[in-house]
Amino acid sequence: MLEKRVVVCLDVRDGKTTKGVKFKGNVNIGDPVEMARRYYEDGVDELVFYDITASAERRGIMREVVERVAAEIFIPFCVGGGIGSVDDMRAMLLAGAEKVSLNTQAVLKPEIIDAGARAFGKQCVVLGVDALRDGDMPSGYRVVIHGGRTATERDLLAWVREAEDRGAGEIVLNSIDADGTRDGYELTCTRLVSEAVAVPVVASGGAGRPDHLVSVLRDGKADAALIASMVHYGDYTVFQIKEALSAAGLPVRLRIKP
Amino acid sequence: MRIAIVNYEAGNLRSVETALRKLAFEFEVVSRPEELLRADKVLFPGVGDAGAVMQVLERSGLAEALREYYRSGRPMLGICIGAQVVLERSEESEATCLGLVPGLARRLPGGAGLKVPHMGWNQVHFREGHRLFAGIPQDTSFYFVHSYYPEPAESEAVLCETEYGIRFVSALERENLTAVQFHPEKSGEFGLRLLANFLSR
Repeated sequence: MLEKRVVVCLDVRDGKTTKGVKFKGNVNIGDPVEMARRYYEDGVDELVFYDITASAERRGIMREVVERVAAEIFIPFCVGGGIGSVDDMRAMLLAGAEKVSLNTQAVLKPEIIDAGARAFGKQCVVLGVDALRDGDMPSGYRVVIHGGRTATERDLLAWVREAEDRGAGEIVLNSIDADGTRDGYELTCTRLVSEAVAVPVVASGGAGRPDHLVSVLRDGKADAALIASMVHYGDYTVFQIKEALSAAGLPVRLRIKP
Repeated sequence: MRIAIVNYEAGNLRSVETALRKLAFEFEVVSRPEELLRADKVLFPGVGDAGAVMQVLERSGLAEALREYYRSGRPMLGICIGAQVVLERSEESEATCLGLVPGLARRLPGGAGLKVPHMGWNQVHFREGHRLFAGIPQDTSFYFVHSYYPEPAESEAVLCETEYGIRFVSALERENLTAVQFHPEKSGEFGLRLLANFLSR
């Protein structure tokens, strides 16, 4: 039986891991490669690196991080942030990433999803989408971009369906309302998206306790749950979280090394 | 011993290279038929559309070289698309494949909440006592990303099975050819162990 994935997200700025609350006030918390190795040894199923570097040297810095991760960590990982062309995607895949995640750039020029899927296969193209609760939208959620700072006119459900048609092979759904709160995932929104698309959905934003993951994987119908703060600050280990999921009856990978 | 990784410009072979480096095996990446035929062990990884992959293999002469290499009796490990194009044909793009193993690659049915591609970690039930799985517990999880799966015509060719709505063949073996549908290079420490088992036997 396919297992539920626990995905750890590392925000990388200038080669260092950072963490903010509701996309603001980021502080450095460590070396991304070092942290990734720790999570790998602890049984994480997948990793996501978001490049939030603003400087001109961003691509070189991130490429180096990706190469170092790929040399040591033998599980799939995805890279996002600032990827705006097929060449950017190719650079990250050649550096060793399994998948690339498109967010703001996909909203601004959706053809990049089609082009990426054609060039590398759908399984390499992840749509990252930031959703904000909004009663004026048909689905009840509005797509926001630029790390949550800019509202768009796109409805969440219409957008994820379009992205899937264009060739997105997976969707990472981040709730801006829940992000960084540690009060739990936005279950309604996750379930809505998961039932609307045929590709896997990774729930993101709001995880604070293992039972939050249980809820979103079971009731939210997510295929995977993304976490950050709850492991970055040492409140839980990845293994503890997976044991809790297993105890709740969810299929997870617990046997991780000989 | 010459270990070769087949490069046909469509595969995601970087991760196989880094895994072999981690395991401290020397290898070469080959893209020409004569280089492939010099190898003692061949890894044939990759992702992509079976039709597109076969086009590249036929055009480059690698298809014929792979057939000749297989006939020579030397060990070969196919990974992912490498476990599909070794069959006679694929439902994907209606491709005619290498024909090393009787059978065809079929599309996963999905449905009933099962998403296609089948993406993530899933348990692999292997033929007990097989040396590729030495040191690996029965039903260990490996990482999968695929929409098609191999269906060999001969039941003796079935090496592993995995459940995803249906029970499908997740690895096959025929003579000197072994092929896995999952990605050992992305399956953590047990995946590395499997690669080491293939390379060091």
